[in-house]
Amino acid sequence: MTAELGQFALIAALIVAVLQTLVPAVGVRRRDTRLMAMASSGAQTQFLLILFAYGCLTYAFINKDWSIAYVAANSEAHLPLMYRATAVWGAHEGSMLLWMLMLSGWSAAVSIFNRRLPPDLVATALAVLGALSIGFLLFILITSNPFTLDFPVPDNGRDLNPLLQDPGFVTHPPMLYMGYVGFSVAFAFAIASLISGRLDAAWARWTRPWTTAAWLFLTIGITLGSWWSYHELGWGGWWFWDPVENASFMPWLIGTALIHSLAVTEKRGQLKAWTVLLAILAFALSLLGTFLVRSGVLVSVHAFATDPARGVFILSFLAIVLGIAFTLYAWRAPKFVSVADFALFSREGLLLLNNVFLVTAAAAVLIGTLYPLVIESINAGKVSVGPPFFNAVFVPLTIPLALLVGCACAVGWKRAKLGEVVRRLRVPAAIAVIVAIALPLLLGHPLRISAIGGGLLAVWIIVSAAQEIVRRVRAKRDRVAGITQIPRAIWGMTLAHVGLGIWVLGVTFTSIYSIEKDARLGPGETATLGGYTFALKGVTPRTGPNYRADHGEVDVERNGRIVAHLAPEKRLYEASGQVMTESAVDHNPLRDLYVALGEPIDKNNAAGDWAVRLYYKPLMRLVWIGGFLMAFGGLIAISDRRYRLSRAAATLPAGVEAA
Amino acid sequence: MRLRYLVPAVVLIGLIVLFAAGLKHDPREVPSPLIGKPAPAFALKLLGKPDQPYTSADLKGRPVLVNFFASWCVACRVEHPFLMQLASQGVEIIGMDYKDTDADGAAWLADHGNPYRTVVADPQGSAGLDWGVYGAPETFVLNAQGIIVYKQIGPMDEQVWRDHVAPLMAAKP
Repeated sequence: MTAELGQFALIAALIVAVLQTLVPAVGVRRRDTRLMAMASSGAQTQFLLILFAYGCLTYAFINKDWSIAYVAANSEAHLPLMYRATAVWGAHEGSMLLWMLMLSGWSAAVSIFNRRLPPDLVATALAVLGALSIGFLLFILITSNPFTLDFPVPDNGRDLNPLLQDPGFVTHPPMLYMGYVGFSVAFAFAIASLISGRLDAAWARWTRPWTTAAWLFLTIGITLGSWWSYHELGWGGWWFWDPVENASFMPWLIGTALIHSLAVTEKRGQLKAWTVLLAILAFALSLLGTFLVRSGVLVSVHAFATDPARGVFILSFLAIVLGIAFTLYAWRAPKFVSVADFALFSREGLLLLNNVFLVTAAAAVLIGTLYPLVIESINAGKVSVGPPFFNAVFVPLTIPLALLVGCACAVGWKRAKLGEVVRRLRVPAAIAVIVAIALPLLLGHPLRISAIGGGLLAVWIIVSAAQEIVRRVRAKRDRVAGITQIPRAIWGMTLAHVGLGIWVLGVTFTSIYSIEKDARLGPGETATLGGYTFALKGVTPRTGPNYRADHGEVDVERNGRIVAHLAPEKRLYEASGQVMTESAVDHNPLRDLYVALGEPIDKNNAAGDWAVRLYYKPLMRLVWIGGFLMAFGGLIAISDRRYRLSRAAATLPAGVEAA
Repeated sequence: MRLRYLVPAVVLIGLIVLFAAGLKHDPREVPSPLIGKPAPAFALKLLGKPDQPYTSADLKGRPVLVNFFASWCVACRVEHPFLMQLASQGVEIIGMDYKDTDADGAAWLADHGNPYRTVVADPQGSAGLDWGVYGAPETFVLNAQGIIVYKQIGPMDEQVWRDHVAPLMAAKP
């Protein structure tokens, strides 16, 4: 019964999506506000229907309804409730339903928070979102139906992939999808502006908070994913340049570029065509990511069950959506001419430069990701492009970007004076040099040029970002008022930039100074690493809710004092028979100590010697702290009150109607 | 309309063509250098019968499937029902119990059913190494001369069987 209700809700949602697309389109053409208003009610109805379908699937999971094939394939009787409730997105079909829930959720949000927007723009944007819904709903119903029934009904499910039975799984996919799908709003606004031919400062102002919101979710999603793979995969790595990671990273880079170019379009009325292109690209790359992950075109550790029919469907969908978008762009964008002249040495000039680097970085990631496919397509064999390529390309692109971040706040709009900028940046530069040299020494590491270089960039970003706040406070006579009067948008930008600096610092130190060791340890034996002594006390059998484990206990000692008790496990999940490595990590802001159990040396004697991996990773936490801080900055920025001003105030700045 | 605004559309067309081509390839398909060559020699024992030797010479004389499996292998359970079905159709499948103990292998077969006419124990994975096995399950198709004519990495299923293996098995020597 649950399955039938869910299925019915999806079909109903498809019908509503068709109406949500067609009726407002006619309404905009006839300038009929009643028909246009159908877009909003359509979006809200569609959201409720999808929410209901999603609820049905969740209900089936929680109540162990093995008659639904998808539930039986991704859950089992002893799976804890937390994972049963979230196993909905444990595989392809349910993930697409989650994706759809997000899309309809964003659409409903647009239909509600739009008081400042002209009705025809809202109607057009919602019609575009409705059209996207049609595509995804058809995809779900035709190729990936989560409600397909299974007969005969099995006695038990086959279990959720044990790799996914982790708190990271509960949080990472929804955040990531919120981000991916969130770019659909900027996309819809971009298409609406191309259709209407109106693109002005007000348009940029409407698009900004939506883009920032999508971006902050994507940032959280990627950061959580990195943290999850770090402690779950048992390799001590936090980023693998895996095709699926790249698929989330490319929209992030373009989204970051979009946030910055939107600032230029809003403040100076420039880079309009470019901004629209980025808005299309950010979503295009989200779709591309979906295609790459779902079609099985590329090999990845994120092994989704692949099906060529799905690949063909998404590829056709991608071709239609982006084909229309880019054709519209080629047709309309040349009309978006800028009014003011453009000086390169100005804030807008530097932001353009920032965009160039970000887009180049995204292009490099795209090329690295697709290269194996190109080679295969011309029948030249199979290759894989690994981290060396990405690091070699990515690091040089990040350096100028990091330098620019520091400059941008010190350089004014329109035309900046070089002397003034140099005077402002002297102090951050000096602090950066001193701290960058002192930092490795303080943390007890040998001096390396690469570490000093990375530290230099990181401190430079942090100090110059903080300087913006200091300058604003000093400008006021009353310091308290100075602080409270700083707009939230500025706080948000500063926090995000500080987050970036912290991230760079973490990446630099953990890449350069990490040490790892494979040791053979028996009970009572020790191994030393980076001044820490790891003692294996013993490995004992243990039983979890749905797995059996070899539970190791490791004491870590430094200078005769025990600093950490670690309990890594090797788990056998009974329903699927899969073995998982649960690593154990002790962390503080300065370092991570990481232990993972390898294999017992004698397979039949788990109480004997084990192969154990040990890691010491300095400043590892900063990578994630930096990521979350960036997202938090985005959150503060969208709460800025100027995004909530009335429509009359928002449309005033020099709007440029297309000819 | 100025040409540079057409660049995104052109790039898109290029990518779509590339992806369409990519969809035709199976990323899991790794070509084996052994295809067209005689199956590598081995001398092992039958599972649970350490006194009964089995060598690569015993594979000759009729087309057979050689399937590397193990009790610890999850994907082997996925393909297992299909192998049972093949066995019931009279296809001769030789099981190579790969990097497994005799006890575990025998228990697994007792639990799930035995699709193999003969089960060979390869506890050290030595034959697997010579045959270029990446991980279980892998299935080799041998013709009557003992030449490897096809290799399937990952579970064997209906589609692979129909498209690739069945025609080879039916081919007259």
